[in-house]
Amino acid sequence: MIALLKRDIRLALRSGGGAATALLFYLAVVIAMPFAVGPNPELLATIGPATLWVGALLAGLLGLDRLFQADSEDGTLDQMLLSPVALPAQVFVKSLAHWLVTGLPLTLMVPVFAVFLALDGTAVAATMATLLAGTPAISFIGAVGAAVTVTLPRGGLLLSVLVLPLCIPVLIFGVGAVRGAMTEPDPFLPPFLLVAAISLFFAVIGPFAAALALRQSS
Amino acid sequence: MTVTTADNTARAKGLTALANPTRFLALVRFVIWPLALATALAFAVGLWMSFSVPDDYQQGRTVRIMFVHVPSVWMAMGAYIVMVSGALGVLVWRHPLADVAARSAAPFGAAFTFLGLVTGSLWGEPMWGTWWVWDARLTSFLVLLIIYLGLIALWSAIEEPARSARLAAIVVLVGAINIPIIKFSVDWFTTLHQTASVVRMDGPALAPEFLYPLLVMALAFLLLFVTLHLAAMRNEILRRQIRTLQRKAARSARGGAA
Amino acid sequence: MKLVADDIAVMRGEELVFSGISFAVENGGALVIRGENGAGKSTLLRALAGLLPLESGKIEIQNVEPEFGEAKVPELCHYLGAENAMKAAMSVGENLSFWQDFAGQPHHKIDEALELVGLAGLGDLPFGHLSTGQRRRISIARLLVSYRPIWLLDEPTSGLDAESARQFAGLMEAHLADDGIVAAATHIPLGLAAAEEFELTGVAE
Repeated sequence: MIALLKRDIRLALRSGGGAATALLFYLAVVIAMPFAVGPNPELLATIGPATLWVGALLAGLLGLDRLFQADSEDGTLDQMLLSPVALPAQVFVKSLAHWLVTGLPLTLMVPVFAVFLALDGTAVAATMATLLAGTPAISFIGAVGAAVTVTLPRGGLLLSVLVLPLCIPVLIFGVGAVRGAMTEPDPFLPPFLLVAAISLFFAVIGPFAAALALRQSS
Repeated sequence: MTVTTADNTARAKGLTALANPTRFLALVRFVIWPLALATALAFAVGLWMSFSVPDDYQQGRTVRIMFVHVPSVWMAMGAYIVMVSGALGVLVWRHPLADVAARSAAPFGAAFTFLGLVTGSLWGEPMWGTWWVWDARLTSFLVLLIIYLGLIALWSAIEEPARSARLAAIVVLVGAINIPIIKFSVDWFTTLHQTASVVRMDGPALAPEFLYPLLVMALAFLLLFVTLHLAAMRNEILRRQIRTLQRKAARSARGGAA
Repeated sequence: MKLVADDIAVMRGEELVFSGISFAVENGGALVIRGENGAGKSTLLRALAGLLPLESGKIEIQNVEPEFGEAKVPELCHYLGAENAMKAAMSVGENLSFWQDFAGQPHHKIDEALELVGLAGLGDLPFGHLSTGQRRRISIARLLVSYRPIWLLDEPTSGLDAESARQFAGLMEAHLADDGIVAAATHIPLGLAAAEEFELTGVAE
């Protein structure tokens, strides 16, 4: 299992692995925002956390279609299906690896991007905390979509259509928590805990559903 | 010691998966016209009742939109319930008709959701002065519509029925688990954004003169859904039979082994 | 140990690929599954591995030796598919040691396995740089780095030159001599001394 985790991370970091591309895409989305809404710092600071969240969501979805597809094409998936290790556990590890090379770096990049979006310290801390808690949900929900679309030629597009609506709660609570931290009467903790709960929930449901879908793929 | 290959003990399905649908087709042929007639009748009565109610003292004539709007919304949710039972049927009992039922329900679910959104919007304009608000109900129905359309896309993307059935069933069920979470998050979202909401659906309880037409219309919509759904299931079964025949024809031609 | 297929039938989509197939292979025995393109060789092998569900019939491994204890089918079989299951971006050694860790029951060392397939010293090269035949030999080396008594091979010699194919025949003979079982689907003779042949003819309509 550790071997699988190490291999997936190693592959993602090598050229063509997609981890760096996802980060670049994130940067591009964040940079495009000020051009779209204008360089007014106050406005940017208001929509900044939301921009970071939408960017993280899209960047997280970007590489998901390859999560199982690459393994399916080169026959690795067959070996995974035949492995004595339970398939949901393998899916969990692969989703975790996906999060470690996308969700986690996206979160760590927030302080850098905060400069572009004129965010203050509280907003940066709150955004990082919510992204840390919420991006695993994207990887785990996305794993189901990736497993379902694994053999489809243009699966990536369909995957986004299927997964995005299911990610809406994460987005709502994530951005809501950041807003709670920034503006006084709104609370931070309840929505933050809800984000964490959704992540945990899908860390359990996602691998089982994805494993069920992968078994249909051969 | 003897080990049997996992999941390889033969399923009791047998090779005659089409036997059951044949009986279903006979049943549909028998009930479809009476059902269509009943639908037409219910709509005639329902519409007549809807148009003969007095104007609402607050909403005026526009209250009649309710008689289309509310049943559509109910059916939009009902169709998802049909899909969930179909999905369970596919994954648990592996019944050949279950996928046909789930798959045929999706377009109607999407259509009713769309109708619900459009009539809601038409109703909202004179009532709230705007076509769209990010109200909890509207927002969650918009999400529901996207889920429906995504599922239809998934079903049509995978050619092989048996595989598309199980994959779509998984998404249907994951979606079903998600719907309460989405509803909850959207409720939370709207209370955060608009504490003084323009939307107040929980007005005075419905007066009987509005309730009866609504119930008749709901019955009409239910009958419409059942009729169309049965017809769509029949079409889907026939489509699959044609597909099987076409493949057989291709295979029996020289050199056409699969 | 004995690999037994009893009256099995497999569907692909809505079509029956084959039915009524029965055979048995015992320790030290090899089964060569032959048949024209589309007869269902690969499908039969995937069904044996448990990757495809059976429509009817039963596949069993009987009389499992006590040293395997309560082992389940995946722990008893190596499956070599049409694809090599290797990542082009990783080196040969990284690929093989991943599979060794993943499959468990380490057998030959990576270097030994590479030497056995005649590619000693290539461990540091990226897998993507190898030729088709070399790639196939690396994926044959995967069978050697972890131990499994039963080898299920799908066109194992595709892409191999005559010399490499002979070398591979030697590896299979060694595995059989070690009380292993080989079941291979191929239309090219594998050069095994004592192999039972099984002809797949497709379904009679």
